[in-house]
Amino acid sequence: MLKQISGSIAVAKAVALCRPEVVPCYPITPQTHIVEHLSTLVKSGELKNCTYENVESEFAAMSVCIGSSATGARSYTATASQGLLYMMEAVYNASGLGLPIVMTLGNRAIGAPINIWNDHSDAMSVRDAGWIQLFVENNQQAVDVHIQAFKLAEALSLPVMVNMDGFILTHAITRVDMPEQSQVDQFLPSFIPRQLLDTSAPLTIGAMVGPDAFTEVRYLAHEKQQQALSIIEKQARQFEEIFGRDSGGLVKSYDAESSDIVFVAMGSVVGTLQALASELREQGQSIGILSLRSFRPFPIKSIRNALKSAKQIIVFEKSFAVGMGGVLASEVHMATHGLHIKINSIIGGLGGRTITVKSLKNIVDLASKGELEHETFMDLDLETVEKEINRQRSEPSSGSTAENILRDMGVVSASKTH
Amino acid sequence: MAKQGTNHQTVKFYQTGTFTVGNRLLDENYRTVQATQERCNTIDSGHRACQGCGQALGARYALDAAMRATNNKIIAANATGCLEVFTTPYPETAWNIPWIHSLFGNVASVASGIAASLKAKGDTETRVIAQGGDGGSTDIGFATLSGMFDRNDDVLYICYDNGGYMNTGVQRSSATPGGARTSTTMPVGDNPGSSFNTGKFLPAIAMAHEIPYVATASVHDLHDLERKVEKAMSFHGARYIQINVPCPLGWGSDPALTIKLARMGVESGLVPLFEAENGDLINSTKIRYRIPVEDYLQLQRRYSHILKPANQHQLASIRALADKNIKRYNLL
Repeated sequence: MLKQISGSIAVAKAVALCRPEVVPCYPITPQTHIVEHLSTLVKSGELKNCTYENVESEFAAMSVCIGSSATGARSYTATASQGLLYMMEAVYNASGLGLPIVMTLGNRAIGAPINIWNDHSDAMSVRDAGWIQLFVENNQQAVDVHIQAFKLAEALSLPVMVNMDGFILTHAITRVDMPEQSQVDQFLPSFIPRQLLDTSAPLTIGAMVGPDAFTEVRYLAHEKQQQALSIIEKQARQFEEIFGRDSGGLVKSYDAESSDIVFVAMGSVVGTLQALASELREQGQSIGILSLRSFRPFPIKSIRNALKSAKQIIVFEKSFAVGMGGVLASEVHMATHGLHIKINSIIGGLGGRTITVKSLKNIVDLASKGELEHETFMDLDLETVEKEINRQRSEPSSGSTAENILRDMGVVSASKTH
Repeated sequence: MAKQGTNHQTVKFYQTGTFTVGNRLLDENYRTVQATQERCNTIDSGHRACQGCGQALGARYALDAAMRATNNKIIAANATGCLEVFTTPYPETAWNIPWIHSLFGNVASVASGIAASLKAKGDTETRVIAQGGDGGSTDIGFATLSGMFDRNDDVLYICYDNGGYMNTGVQRSSATPGGARTSTTMPVGDNPGSSFNTGKFLPAIAMAHEIPYVATASVHDLHDLERKVEKAMSFHGARYIQINVPCPLGWGSDPALTIKLARMGVESGLVPLFEAENGDLINSTKIRYRIPVEDYLQLQRRYSHILKPANQHQLASIRALADKNIKRYNLL
């Protein structure tokens, strides 16, 4: 059924259609509306046979999911940014134990400085945590991929994280084709746990493992992610058969195979890039996009196939590893090893900075002329940066960087206090 | 047959000087169930606890009692710590019940999750126990424990209190008694050992949450421990039992003296035993023969500095604590 609906409410309704049995929640912007709505669905009786828990932290939320999933309940929670960091130890534990929990990450920047707006720093902070990490471009995909996430998690006995851009998607009211309960029931079978805390067949879960077997256990986690590569594709096709939509999958190519310059990106920025590409193609430029819908597992083969005839790859990402550079860029570099394609890394949209078609056009212009730097921070205000660098060099007690910069930009008008 | 609480004993029991009696001298009806071959063995033999471990003893009696009280329908979650390590070295497990270990600081939440799952599935028979040491309960797991109490989740939380982080090599926790030597509160300087006027008493904090049942117990009186666990299982909602468990390694005590030390802790007034329901104290175990705290302290190397003349002020503080417990919990 077509609905004009906010991303968060659509996701809450989609999760409810998956019949979760335990939902612990802790509020954090920008995902809060999802768990708020689920609370109402449970309390009103619309979502039956579900225990909703108002817990005291994200760490508790994931820990409740660990207990409930191990006891055979389909378990779901949502978080973002600082919440994910606070949850971190349990995030690793959930995947280590192989528990098929589904979590929404309303992607948001990480502080300090505190910032509630969108980028992908939170998702990148758990890239090695052993979770399946999927990204969605729009709210239709957000709905569809959540339904696929439960099936995927339970097929693999691994936790799955659905990444949707904070505010840009969570708070956007758009047209979404909401699935019917019968369709979801047809697609998603009931949860059969691979391991279960059951008094009729006692099982020890979470035993200590020493050097004699730790390598094997970790290798098997890696192997599971490799299995996910084919399952994600298979389930996307099954989904298409029932729901009539192409959603999910490992990657989505928008003319990537046939274009000279190919953008590689994840999430809602793919929509902006599509607008840019169609405009530039009309002007005769050969621009394609490769949208990574699965970041973990990292679909090396699919990426390599889609990019092998490109002349130049521009990796656009909303986060970076401080002291190293673009995370996605270096992984795409590895995936295209030996193909000898020029790769540029663009870092933009940090902390919610608007990604404009104008700025992207400038990137393409520079790339076409061969003048694009290997690594570019898009729309970086170099003057402000240099001013602060000089201040730090000349004044031993130059103060808080964030406050200094805000003052330079005229955002903070207060006089210097130190 | 004489029972506890009567004035005269008609039979002389073979463990004279204590209040325990040998099973074989008792009428079958009064024998401890742990002496029968039919006992549950929730924690099997062959685990790797130290000699004289109070926690291994306490855990076995507590869990077996819980099993009896629930027709063997128990799921347990365990915090990281000695109990977890010595019962589950890969590829072995000592647990004959469904058991999960997740992390150090989240056992209360994991147990909440198990209870939430059972609730969603309409399983009213299976009950949930969370277990942790004092560090895992009063320090790193404090927030999750308080959250579990706050929501009144249907979980019995058992804290095995040995007054420190024994698994990592005897560091101070917020349950370490004043004056006690640990590897992070060494007996050096003007105030040797752990500082006085610090720390928290978790049973009182549990009571402040007004949960249905809170109790303290000790491994010297296992029948009392069993009774309290069975009683706890008769309630629904959040329950908390703290068991004083001597640790020969951390306390610097003779492994053969674990039971004696547990008793002396109680008889000195330093370990109050009581029960509380819905936040109110309902019952406390009277001290039969009060002993001076020195008698208890001198058997533990963690307190050896306290008995030196220079540290008389510390001894006075420990005496004052015993006096306070006796008054607060009405122990005489």
